[in-house]
Amino acid sequence: MSVISFSHVWKEYGDQIVLEDISLDIEDRAFVALVGPSGCGKTTFLRMLLGQDVATRGAILLDGLPLHGEPDADRGVVFQRYSVFPHLTVLGNVMLARELELSPFLGRLMGAAKKDAEADSLKLLDAVGLSGAQALYPASLSGGMQQRLALAQAIMRKPKVLLLDEPFGALDPGIKADIHTLMRKLWHESNLTVVMVTHDLSEAFRLATRVVALERRRDRPEERERYGATIAKDIQIWPRRIAGTPQPRSSSRDDLAKSGAIPGRPGLAMSEQIT
Amino acid sequence: MRIINIKPDRSAHLLLAALPFVLVALTYVIASALRLSENPADKLLPAFSTMIDSIRHMAFEEDTRTGSYLLWSDTFASASRLFWALCISTSVALIVGVLMGLLPLMGAFVGPFIAVASMVPPLALLPILFIVMGLGEASKIALIVIGTLPFLIRDLALRVAELPREQLIKAQTLGASTWQITLRIVVPQMLPRLIDGVRFSLGPAWLFLIAAEAIASDSGLGYRIFLMRRYLAMDVIIPYVAWITLLAYFSDTLLVWIQKRAFPWFSDARAT
Ligand SMILES: Nc1ncnc2c1ncn2[C@@H]1O[C@H](COP(=O)(O)OP(=O)(O)OP(=O)(O)O)[C@@H](O)[C@H]1O
Ligand SMILES: [Mg+2]
Repeated sequence: MSVISFSHVWKEYGDQIVLEDISLDIEDRAFVALVGPSGCGKTTFLRMLLGQDVATRGAILLDGLPLHGEPDADRGVVFQRYSVFPHLTVLGNVMLARELELSPFLGRLMGAAKKDAEADSLKLLDAVGLSGAQALYPASLSGGMQQRLALAQAIMRKPKVLLLDEPFGALDPGIKADIHTLMRKLWHESNLTVVMVTHDLSEAFRLATRVVALERRRDRPEERERYGATIAKDIQIWPRRIAGTPQPRSSSRDDLAKSGAIPGRPGLAMSEQIT
Repeated sequence: MRIINIKPDRSAHLLLAALPFVLVALTYVIASALRLSENPADKLLPAFSTMIDSIRHMAFEEDTRTGSYLLWSDTFASASRLFWALCISTSVALIVGVLMGLLPLMGAFVGPFIAVASMVPPLALLPILFIVMGLGEASKIALIVIGTLPFLIRDLALRVAELPREQLIKAQTLGASTWQITLRIVVPQMLPRLIDGVRFSLGPAWLFLIAAEAIASDSGLGYRIFLMRRYLAMDVIIPYVAWITLLAYFSDTLLVWIQKRAFPWFSDARAT
C-alpha cells in the first residue's frame, strides 16, 4: 500500500508563497502526472514529497504516517539529469541499490550474494532494454539510455513511490515514445505509485491515470508574491487505466501516433543501439 | 582562413613542440662557445662536454669522503622526503576535505580555520619547525606538508561541494547512510580529483623541499645545488636543475597515467 495525502499544504520561500493550500489524495498505485506553467511550483511539490524540502504549513502523509524529513528508500526518484553515478558501470549503478541494502559497512557484496545481485540486475537491465551495455560507464550512454538506467536503478530498491521530475524532457520524440512504453510496463509490473512532473501534456495524458494541473489563479506581477499556485484541474483519465492490467488499445494508439510522428523510424526499445 | 581555425597536424605538432627546446639548447651552446673562446677558464656557461663529465663524476664515481654515489644518494634523499610528505598531505586532505565538503557541520567547524591557516606563509614557519623538530627529516617533511595541505583540503572540499545535489539525493533514495554515501559515492569520485590536486601541488612541494634542504641539510638535490654555489660549479648546478625538472615532469606524467588507468570513467565524466 502506498497512499499519499496532502492536507492544506503551503510552501513559502521567505515572503514568496509558492504553493497555496494544496489538498490532494493520491490512491495506491495511481500514476499522477503533474503539469503546469514554468515556475508554478511543480518541482517544489515533488521536493516536499521526496523529503528534500519541508512544507511551511500542512501535513503530507504516506500510508497515514507523516513523511520522513529526509529522502529514504520508500521514495525512488529520477531527475532530468544526474540521476546515475558516473563512476559506476551500468551494472554497478543497478547493483548499488542491493549493495547498499545488504552491506551497511562496506556497501559491497561478495560471493554468492554478489552473484545474486548481479543476476537480478542483469535481468532488470534486460527488461529496460539495456542488455549488452552493462560494462559501459554512463558517460558513453545516450540520454535515453541514461534515463532507462536511472529507472532501473530506482526500481531495483523497490520503492513504494516513484517520483519523476521531467524525466524524459530532454529526449527526442521517437526515443520518448519507446521509453513511455517502458514506463508503462514498469508501472504495471512493479508495485508502484508514480508521481511525474512533465511539461508535455500529451505525455501526461498518455501515461497517467490522473492529471493534476497546478496554476496561479492570480499572476499579475504585483500579486505574484502573495498568491501561490493551487490545483486548477484534477482530471481522471477515461477509460480508466488500472495498474497491473495493461490495455492493448491504448498502446496501439500510441504506436500509431509514434510511427506517424517519425516516419521510417524503426519501432520499439531496440531503436536505441549502442554505438 | 582565421588563425583560430588552423590546427597543426601530427608532424607539425611535434615540430612546434620540439622547437622551443631546440632553441634554448642552441642559444646555450652558442653563448657558451662564445664565452669559452674568450676565456677558456670561464665557469659561468660550461660546455656540454664539461657538464657530462661532471655528471659522470657525480653519478658513477664513489665520493671519496662519504663513499656514496652523490647524484643517486641526493636523489633518493630528496625523493623520499617528497614522497612521504605528499603521502601525508594527500591522506589528510582526503579525509578532511571530504568531511568538510560533505558534512555542513564540519564545513562550519574547520572551514574558516583552514581559510585563515592557509594564509600563513609556510617559509616563515621554517625556523619554528627547525627549533621544535630539529634539523632532521621531520622538519623538512613538515614544511612540505604545511605548504601543500591547505590547498589540497580546500580544493577537495570544493570538488565535493560541486558534486550534483541530485547524486546525494539519489543515493539517499537508494537507502544509503552517510557512511555508505561517503564510501561508495563521494570518495571514489574524489580520488581522481585528488590526483589533479597533487599534480598542482608538485611545484610548491619541490619549492619547499629545496628551501628546507638549502637551509639545513647534509644531503638532497637542493642541498647539493646550494653547496656547489660556493664553488661557482655551474657544471654541476645546471645538470642538477635539469634533473630536478625531469623528475618533476616524470612524476606529473606518472600521476596522469595512474589517473587514466585507475579511473577510466573520469575523463568522459569530466567532459559532460
Ligand atoms: N530554494 C528556493 N529558494 C527560493 N525560491 C525558490 C527555491 N526553490 C524554488 N523557488 C521558487 O519557487 C518557485 C517554483 O519553483 P519550481 O522549481 O517548483 O517551479 P517548477 O514548476 O518546477 O518550474 P519548471 O517547470 O520551470 O521546472 C519559483 O518561483 C522559484 O523561484
Ligand atoms: Mg521544475
